[in-house]
Amino acid sequence: MTNFYLKSFLIFFRIGVFTIGGGYAMVPIIEAELVDKRKWISKEDFLDLLALAQTVPGIFAVNISIFIGYKLRKFWGAFWMALGTILPSFLIILAIALFFRQFQHYEPVERVFKGIRPAVVALIAAPTFKMAKSAQISRYNIWIPVVSALLIWLIGFSPIYVIILSGVGGYFYGRYKSKKLSKDKGGNNA
Amino acid sequence: MIFLQLFYTFFKIGLFGFGGGYAMLSMIQGEVVTRYEWLSSSEFTDIIAISQMTPGPIGINSATYVGYTALVNAGYSHAIGILGSALATFSVVLPSFILMIAISKFFLKYQKHPAVAAVFSGLRPGVVGLLAAAALVLMNGENFGTDTYQIVVSILLFAATFVASHRFKVNPILLIVLCGVAGFFLY
Repeated sequence: MTNFYLKSFLIFFRIGVFTIGGGYAMVPIIEAELVDKRKWISKEDFLDLLALAQTVPGIFAVNISIFIGYKLRKFWGAFWMALGTILPSFLIILAIALFFRQFQHYEPVERVFKGIRPAVVALIAAPTFKMAKSAQISRYNIWIPVVSALLIWLIGFSPIYVIILSGVGGYFYGRYKSKKLSKDKGGNNA
Repeated sequence: MIFLQLFYTFFKIGLFGFGGGYAMLSMIQGEVVTRYEWLSSSEFTDIIAISQMTPGPIGINSATYVGYTALVNAGYSHAIGILGSALATFSVVLPSFILMIAISKFFLKYQKHPAVAAVFSGLRPGVVGLLAAAALVLMNGENFGTDTYQIVVSILLFAATFVASHRFKVNPILLIVLCGVAGFFLY
């Protein structure tokens, strides 16, 4: 039993150390390790948990390790797998935070980061368009991202309110649509 | 007080963090840079650059970095700073644990329920707005410079990176390294 926890911790730790580029880069490696190699979890269950991890809020890579761990060994399974996922980046960033702060005001480092900053902004801007496509933005709902981006940008509106409002708005719009649909159907029957 | 604020802030970010790492960035920025001013805008951009080049999810990376930096900037020692980074990281993943235990059984069943689908039909366009906002908010003097020369160089590097990433799918780490080299020689 203990062996299982240690093993799952080490698997996720290793995946955490070697995947650069966030949660989605981890998926094929987790699948190869847990589904194909060790057969701890079936392909169907894995895909279900993947969909679930994408739906709930939070950090995708952590969610996926929590859900797999919970399915296999309840709370402690989730705990050790999540810890394995978190610890590598925690330790690396902590080391950088401790040392980078001393270097960041050196003139050559400052020059390098002056070049990097606009690139980072571009790397955030680029996926916006890809995401707009997969979120099925059309001329009917394009006002939602445009208005929320402008509110955040121009008047410092909190992104958290945007999430709450768009979720609640989506819920009531869905109810309104299904009510209208059943009303129309009822009207046709009468 | 700052400990409570750190806990509350990152718990909230974990709880409302729909739509993946980049959408979460917009929230972290809204709370950490705009609201509490724990980090400057350029410090925030630097963390994202570091996150892109190091392993691990961007949500963990920024929680760890912000937790440490916020406390050290507030005058606490390195040891307390390390405690702060552990607290922020713990807080950002705590909602995931609670949600898993509370709702995972129901959720598998209700995932395709019309009400859940309706909520997500609103969330998805909202998340696109968050992403766009994250980029817009960062287009400021701290990241693009204030003198004409730096602004021109910055816009060129921005445009080149955008096209290389969006159109030609060039590896983001390579792009960051190239722009770092360009910055070293151009400034």
